Amino acid sequence: MPDNSLLTLLIVLPFLGSLVTVMLASTSRNLAGGIAGAVALACHLLAWLLYVPVRDNEVVRAVFEWVPSLGLTVSLRLDGFAWLFALLVSGIGVLVVLYARYYMSAEDPVPRFFAFFQAFMGAMLGIVVSGNLILLVVFWELTSVTSFLLIGYWHHNQAARDGARMSLTVTAIGGLGLLAGVMVIGHIVGSYDLDRVLASGDLIRAHPLYVPALLLVLLGALTKSAQFPFHFWLPNAMAAPTPVSAYLHSATMVKAGVFLMARLWPVLSGTPEWFMIVGLAGMASLVFGAYLAMFQQDLKGLLAYSTISHLGLITLLLSLGSPLGLVAAIFHMMNHATFKASLFMAAGIIDHETGTRDLRKLSGLFRFMPITGTLVMVASAAMAGVPLLNGFLSKEMFFAEAVATHADSWLDRVAPYAAVLASALAVTYSMRLIHSIFLGAPPESFPREPHEPPFFMRLPVTLLVFACLVVGIVPGLTIGPYLHIAITSVLGAATPEYSLAVWHGFTVPLVMSLIALVGGALLYLAIGNYLERSEGAFLLRRFQAQRMFEQVMVTVSWRWARFIETNLGTRRLQPQLRLLVFVAFAAALLSLFGSDIGLAPVQLAGTDWVFTGMWAVGVTCAIAAAHQAKFHRLAALALLGGTGLITCMTFVWLSAPDLAVTQLVVEIVTTVLILLGLRWLPKRSQALTEPLGAMARVRRLRDLAMAIAAGVGMTVIAYAVMTRPAPETIADFFLEKAYSEGGGRNVVNVILVDFRGFDTLGEITVLGIVALTVFALLRRFRPAPDSVERPEQQRIQRAYDEAQPDRQPGATAADYLFVPSVIMQWMFPVIIMFSAYLFLRGHDSPGGGFAAGVAMAAGFILQYMAAGTIWVEDRLRILPVTWIGGGLLVALSTGIGAWVFGKPFLTSYAQYVDLPLIGKIPLATAALFDLGVLTLVVGATVLMLIALAHQSVRRLRAARSEEQS
Amino acid sequence: MMELTLAIAIGCLTGSGVWLLLRPRTYQVVIGLSLLSYAVNLFIFSMGRLRVGAAPVLEGAGTVNPADYADPIPQALVLTAIVIGFATTALFLVVLLAARGLTSSDHVDGREP
Repeated sequence: MPDNSLLTLLIVLPFLGSLVTVMLASTSRNLAGGIAGAVALACHLLAWLLYVPVRDNEVVRAVFEWVPSLGLTVSLRLDGFAWLFALLVSGIGVLVVLYARYYMSAEDPVPRFFAFFQAFMGAMLGIVVSGNLILLVVFWELTSVTSFLLIGYWHHNQAARDGARMSLTVTAIGGLGLLAGVMVIGHIVGSYDLDRVLASGDLIRAHPLYVPALLLVLLGALTKSAQFPFHFWLPNAMAAPTPVSAYLHSATMVKAGVFLMARLWPVLSGTPEWFMIVGLAGMASLVFGAYLAMFQQDLKGLLAYSTISHLGLITLLLSLGSPLGLVAAIFHMMNHATFKASLFMAAGIIDHETGTRDLRKLSGLFRFMPITGTLVMVASAAMAGVPLLNGFLSKEMFFAEAVATHADSWLDRVAPYAAVLASALAVTYSMRLIHSIFLGAPPESFPREPHEPPFFMRLPVTLLVFACLVVGIVPGLTIGPYLHIAITSVLGAATPEYSLAVWHGFTVPLVMSLIALVGGALLYLAIGNYLERSEGAFLLRRFQAQRMFEQVMVTVSWRWARFIETNLGTRRLQPQLRLLVFVAFAAALLSLFGSDIGLAPVQLAGTDWVFTGMWAVGVTCAIAAAHQAKFHRLAALALLGGTGLITCMTFVWLSAPDLAVTQLVVEIVTTVLILLGLRWLPKRSQALTEPLGAMARVRRLRDLAMAIAAGVGMTVIAYAVMTRPAPETIADFFLEKAYSEGGGRNVVNVILVDFRGFDTLGEITVLGIVALTVFALLRRFRPAPDSVERPEQQRIQRAYDEAQPDRQPGATAADYLFVPSVIMQWMFPVIIMFSAYLFLRGHDSPGGGFAAGVAMAAGFILQYMAAGTIWVEDRLRILPVTWIGGGLLVALSTGIGAWVFGKPFLTSYAQYVDLPLIGKIPLATAALFDLGVLTLVVGATVLMLIALAHQSVRRLRAARSEEQS
Repeated sequence: MMELTLAIAIGCLTGSGVWLLLRPRTYQVVIGLSLLSYAVNLFIFSMGRLRVGAAPVLEGAGTVNPADYADPIPQALVLTAIVIGFATTALFLVVLLAARGLTSSDHVDGREP
C-alpha cells in the first residue's frame, strides 16, 4: 500500500473502530476490548510500516480537499517527530486496552468505554499528524470532547461529572484560544499549511501580531498540558477510570500541549516573550507540582501532581529556545510517558486489590504483591531520576540546560536552583510513594485481602518498566535512532551534537543530581511522618485554584445569568411576542429609511372586480376569524378555512396550479386537525366573562395599533415590490434547463425534486421530525380534568339511547351521518387513485409528491371520520412511523444512488417510459425521490392526525379500566 | 390593479394575524399563526410578480422563452412552506393541548393572569 494510504488509515481506523464498538451490546466486553486492542495494534503496526520513509527524512503526506475556497484541506503530514508520537500514542494505547480489559468491571458498559477510548486515540493521532493548523485545532477540540466523555465515564459519580466538566471547560476554552491564535498565524503567513507556517518563522516573530498570536496559542497549549495557572483540572480528572488516567497522563492529552509547543517551536520560540511566559509557567508548574505532590494522600493525586511537575520540566526546557533544550524536552516526553503510564496502571492494580488508594491506609503491601511492588519501585525510581533509569538521562540533560545561560535574566539565574529543588522534591514524593505503600508494618485490615493481579493485567506495567530500564542502561542502542529522527525533523540543519550516554564524567549536572537525590532522601527522612499526617500542603492550604475556578463558574453561569434573567427576562409570552413584532416592524422600517420606496400611482382603471370581490370575502373572513377566535372557535375555524380557500383560488388565478392543489388538500387536513383538537379545549362563554378594565382596554388598543401598523406596512411593501419590473433572477435558468436537464415540464416540481432536491430532503426531514414530536407529545397526553368527560352532545345522545328500551347505547352516534359515511368509505379507493394520479403526472403537470401525499392522508382520515377509530383500525393496518422512515430512506437512497454512477449526491436521470394501458410517462430518478417525498408526507400527516384522533379512544379506555377497578 | 387588491389583502391578513398573535388564549395564537402564514405565503409568491395564464409548465422540448412563464422559484418555495406550515400548526396545536393538560389553563402563560 502506498505510504499516504497507510497514513490515512492510521487516522480513519480508530474512528471506524469507535463507530463499530459503540453499536455493540453493552455486555459484549470481550469483543469490544478485542476491537479496541486490534485497532490500537493496527495503528501501531501502521506507524512501524511508515518507519522507512521517515528514517530517510521524508515527509509522508496525504491531502484531501475540504473547503478549498477557504484554504482548508484535510492534510495529513507525518515527519519524524509526528511519527515518534504516533508510535507512542498507539503503543501505549495497546497496553492501556489490554490493562483496561482486566480493570473494567463486568457491570460497566464496557463497549461505550472502548468506543470513547478509540475516538480519543484517533483524535490524538489526528493532532499528531495534522498538516493543516485548522485541522489540528479540530482534532485538538475532539480530544477535549472525548476526554470529557472518558473522564465522566462513571457519570453516576458526582466527582467524575465535576472533573469531566472542569477539564472540558478549561481545555475547551484553551482550544478556542488556540483556534484564534492559529487564525492569527494564518493571517500572518497567508496559509494554514504547516509546512508553510514552519518555513515562516522569521516573518511571524517580526510581525506586530506575534505577541497576540503567541498568547493565544500558549493559552491552548498550557491549558492542555495542565500548566500553572491552569493546572487544577488535571488532579480532578483522576475521577476517571484508571486506564484513562494512565493514558491521559502519559502519551496523550497533557502531552498534546507540549507536542504543540515543540511543533511550533521553530516558529514561535527564541523571543524574550516566549522565554518569559513559557519559562515562568514551566518553572511554576515544575516546583509547585512537585511540592503539592508530596502532600497528597490519594495515590492518584500524587501521580497527578507529579505529572504537572514533569510537564513543567518539559515546558521549561522548551522555553529556553536552545536546540539542546528541545532534544531534552522530546526525550523527557517519551520517558515520562513510559514511567507515568506504568505507575498509573500500578495504582489501579493496588486500588483493585486493596479497595483503597489512600496512602495513609496502605502499608506493607510488598509481602502480598512482590512483583508489582518491584515494578512500582523501579518506575518510581525512574520518576525520581535515579541513575540507570530513563528518567535520569533526560533529567541530566535538563540540569545541563538549566546551568547554561540562554537569555540573561533573573529567570535564567534561578533555573538551576529551581531544577535541583524540584528534583529533590520528586525524590521525596517518590520515596513516600514506595515507603508508605510497600514498606512498613503489615496492614491491620484491608477492605480486601490483596494478592498479585492476573498476569495480563500486570503485563503492560512489566513491559513499560522494562522499557524504562533498557532505555536507562543502553539509551544509544534502544531509543537513540528513533529519537534522532524526531529531533532532526524538528530542528533540521540546526540539530546539535548531543550524547545519550549514561556516564559523561564527573560534571556539574551529575553533582546536581547527587544533591537532589541526597537532599530529597534527607527531606523524606525529616518530614516523612509529617507528610503522612498532613491535611493539605504546608503554606498553600488556602490557595486552591480549583475553588477559584468554581467561584468564577458560579458567578458567570449562575449569578450573572440570574441577574440578566430577572432584569431582562419575562416568562410571559405576550410581551415577548410584542417585542418580536415590534423588532420585525422596526427592522423593516429602518431598511426603508433613506431609500426611495417609489410607490407606483394607484390606478383603478384596470382593476379586476371579480378578483377584488373575491378578496373582499377573504379579508372579511380573516378579520371575522380574528374577532371570533376567543369565544366561537368553530366559527373562527370555518372563517379561517374561508380565507384559505380564497388563497387557493388566488393561486389558480395567478398561474400557480401546483400551489393551488397543495393549498386545497392542506386546507382540508388542517381543518380536520383543528377540529380534532377543539374537543380538548375548555368551554368559554361570553356571558361569563367580566367586563374589561381600563388597563385591558389600553392594552387592546395598543395591540390593535400594532396590528394595523404591521398590516399597513406589509401592504406598502408588497405593493411596492409587485409594481416594479422584475429583475433578472435564476428563474430563467430553471425554466430553460427544466426540460433539457431535469426531464420535466412542470418547472416547480423539477425545482423541488431535482435542482433543489437537497433542500427538499431537508424539508421532508423536518416534516418527519415534527410528526414524531407530535406523536411523542401525545403519547403522554393527559387532558385537563374538565375535558375528560364525554362531550355534551354525546351525553345527550347516550341518555336518549338509554331511555329507549329498543336502542343500544351508542346507536345514535353510529347512525350519525349514515349516508355520507357510506359515501366516504367508497371514496377511499377513489382518493388513493387520485393521489396516485397527482403523483404520476407531477413531473410534467401540476401535482407532485407533496400534494399527492397530503391527498392520500386526507383519504385515510376520511375513513376515521366516517366509521370511527376502532372500526378503521380493525380493518386497516396503518404504520405511519414506518412510512416516514421508509420515505426518508427512499429519498436518501435515490440521492446516494447517484454516487454509484460517479455523480454528486442527488443527481437525477430522466427518461420517458411506455407503460401498457397508462401510456407514456416521464420516469426520472427524480420521480423515485418524489416517491420518497410522497411516502414521508403520507406518513407524517397521517401520524399527526391519527395521534390526535386516538386521544378520545384512549380516554375511553382509561375511563373503562378505572370503572372496573 | 390586481396588485393593489392583493397587497391590501396581504396587509389585512397580516394585521388579523398579528392581532391574534398578541391575544392571551392559545387557540387565538394558533389561528393567528395560520393567518400570518397565508399572508407570508402570498407575499413570497407575489415576489415573482403577478401573471395570469402563464403557469410554469412548459409546452415541450425546444427553446424556452422565460418571459412566457410565471416565476417558478417563489412557487417552489411556497409549496414546501404550505406543507411545513401544516406541520407547525399541528405542533402548536398539540403543544397547546399538552400545556392545557398540564396546567389546566389555555392561557399562553399556562396560568390565568
